[in-house]
Amino acid sequence: MTTVTDPPRQAFQISMLWNDTRYRSYTFQAIALLLLIAAFSYLIGNLLENLRAAGLNISFEFLGQPAGYDINQRPIEYNSQSSHLRASIVGILNTLIVAFLGCITATIIGVTAGVLRLSNNWLVRKLMAVYVEAFRNVPVLIWILVIFFVMTAALPAPRAFRGETPQASMLFDAVAFTNRGVYIPKPIWETGSMVVVITFALSILGVIAYRRYTTKLLYETGKLLPRGWPTLAILFGPAVVMFFVMGQPISLEYPALKGFNFQGGVQVRGSLIALWIALSVYTGAFIAENVRAGIQAISKGQTEAAASLGLRPGRIMNLVVLPQALRVIIPPLISQYLNLTKNSSLAIAVGYMDVTGTLGGITLNQTGRAIESVLLLMLFYLTISLTISALMNVYNNAIKLKER
Amino acid sequence: MSDHISFVRTEQLPELPPPAREQGVVKWMRENLFAGPVNSALTVVSIFVIFQLVTGVWPWFANSVWNTDSLSECRQVLDGRTGACFSVLTERWNQLLFGFKYPSSEYWRPALAFLLLLPAAAPVMFFDLPRKLLAFTAIYPFLAFHLIWGGTVLIPIFAMAGFVGAYLVFSGLVSRSFLWASVGAVVAALVIWRVGGMLTGMIGPDNPTLVSVPSRDMGGFMLNMILGVVCVSLSLPLGIVLALGRQSDMPIIKIICVVFIEFIRGVPLITLLFVANVVLAYFLPPGTTFDLILRVIIMITLFASAYIAEVIRGGLAALPRGQYEAADSLGLDYPQAMRLIILPQALKISIPGIVNVAVGLFKDTTLVSVISMFDIVGMIRGPILASTAWNGVYWELFLFAAVLFFIVCYGISQYSQWLERRLATDHR
Repeated sequence: MTTVTDPPRQAFQISMLWNDTRYRSYTFQAIALLLLIAAFSYLIGNLLENLRAAGLNISFEFLGQPAGYDINQRPIEYNSQSSHLRASIVGILNTLIVAFLGCITATIIGVTAGVLRLSNNWLVRKLMAVYVEAFRNVPVLIWILVIFFVMTAALPAPRAFRGETPQASMLFDAVAFTNRGVYIPKPIWETGSMVVVITFALSILGVIAYRRYTTKLLYETGKLLPRGWPTLAILFGPAVVMFFVMGQPISLEYPALKGFNFQGGVQVRGSLIALWIALSVYTGAFIAENVRAGIQAISKGQTEAAASLGLRPGRIMNLVVLPQALRVIIPPLISQYLNLTKNSSLAIAVGYMDVTGTLGGITLNQTGRAIESVLLLMLFYLTISLTISALMNVYNNAIKLKER
Repeated sequence: MSDHISFVRTEQLPELPPPAREQGVVKWMRENLFAGPVNSALTVVSIFVIFQLVTGVWPWFANSVWNTDSLSECRQVLDGRTGACFSVLTERWNQLLFGFKYPSSEYWRPALAFLLLLPAAAPVMFFDLPRKLLAFTAIYPFLAFHLIWGGTVLIPIFAMAGFVGAYLVFSGLVSRSFLWASVGAVVAALVIWRVGGMLTGMIGPDNPTLVSVPSRDMGGFMLNMILGVVCVSLSLPLGIVLALGRQSDMPIIKIICVVFIEFIRGVPLITLLFVANVVLAYFLPPGTTFDLILRVIIMITLFASAYIAEVIRGGLAALPRGQYEAADSLGLDYPQAMRLIILPQALKISIPGIVNVAVGLFKDTTLVSVISMFDIVGMIRGPILASTAWNGVYWELFLFAAVLFFIVCYGISQYSQWLERRLATDHR
């Protein structure tokens, strides 16, 4: 019987950097690092030289100077005397608004279409297939432009609402669809309204607590309490009671036609609506495919096993299929949300002032600070993406199948 | 025991037809359209929707006008009826396809390049075709460049000679060492290009047979096709390198690749196009001017390669560990193991993902209209809608652009599904 011993240690030689696999990787990495440093120093050297030639420097002072342009959709106080920084913040808020609204409607549209694509109704199945293919295979920019142009061309101008027999009328006397945008009532918060809002927030917590309690009760005793109407009652009951107790502190200001345009209420710009609709319908088509794939990924045996345990169809969906399908659906769903947020930068094509339109558009052109503006713009999108991916990783680790 | 039971039938009764509701159209409709009240309601709603769509759109198509010179003329012909003015398509056909600056006498060149794309792509897409056709695929990029951009024929010839030289050096040295073969190939190509560049400067004719067309004159759907085809083909090798780098054991290389990929995937394409448009010039030596179209191609290629790298990384991760170990135990070194064992399988797994990226990228080429390049969307929004003749005709133009994109993208995705079925080697 022979014993395998370690080969005698050789003294280190220069050629081993090249021929010995143990050291070769260090050589490669050193070369890669050197090349990277060389490339960067070349680019930065060029940058410095170009800046010197143009008499520029890298500075972010322009953010403090007055912007001098107006933004038509502003969620916070802003006028043309405000700084570029404030303009960028308005842009960021506008981006977040359209992204948030888009994600909600895209999810609703996508889940509905995805479930209907699996319906056993032939006609509905085909209709949904047409919807998904039509939207997935055409650039989102075309959809945004089509919806924007059609909205401005097809909706009536504000003057159509005037006169004894107007050509157009307001929906419920509260909402006006015009080619300048949609006018919706604006809530007026008076003293005491805070109490109502806090009550409503507490009821949301109450709903969560109640649902947890019913789940616990179900798992421990097998007794199932009703969930549908108590949820609604807890959610709205206390808030409505408090609303009247406090003497109706929240009222609505309706838009009304004055002169050539509507006054009062909130004007939602046509560009926002077009962007919102286009992004949600486009992303909805992708989400529909994810939902369909997720549900189909659950093997039929799971449904059959649940049925043979005596569960009813609704319960099978809620307790067996959905929890497993969500594991498949949610990661691509989140990346669709990310795509939607990034696609919202196309707002610039219809003149909606998101962060690409303010910081990357007018501010960039006015100040000529291209490098700084584009850098800040990229940092903003990068922050959002990396935050969401980090949350995603946490979630993925939490729901990972624990295999042993 | 010989009593005969006579009432048992000896012959079989003829089969009765199934009941009327269990056969033919009726059965199909009962199962697929009217299975239960909810289902029937859905059917009725869908029929209503389809009816509304068809009755709404039909007169628009039926009354369409195809041969007028302006929107007002078209409205006169229509005389108050609803109808499409498709005459904008016939009148602006060349602008939509080639842009408004490409010399009209040379339209045959990009058209021919597009037609030749089909036989060039065929042997790559369909494996049953004879392998010799790949020779044409190899020549095609240079041929297409020469056709579309024109200029002296020496440039594409020397470019091709560089690649041929690199290939010869590589195949001569690869049996000894992959690394030295690659280095030698790069050196050979650079030498040939350098010499070729000098020669072209000396003996290049002043009036080439094909008129040289500058890049800024490219436009219309042609620009979308150029960007799409070039960027996808360039980003594939780059994506493979990035994916391998991200899977690598060497920490520094891994970090470089991860940072690059995550950075590119984290920002919208439009910001990268801004970089190409206004920032990139600051990072180049003073006085260099190079084409906007080339800068855009670089940026879109980087963008696509990050996404393709992620797809291929998925393919690499999906391969069973045993494949890597088997390659090692056969004594293959890293380049051999990758080329012969790992990549062929990993790329096969990643085909659907790569095609998805390609389709997305092709759609994203419309974004160049935002940085004022005149691709098909840029042409529609710019010169055509701004002209007095066609101001106000939205549906027809955007419908045309949407149909063009739909045909290409839907075709590619159908191809990828066919390929997936074709390559499926698992037993089901």
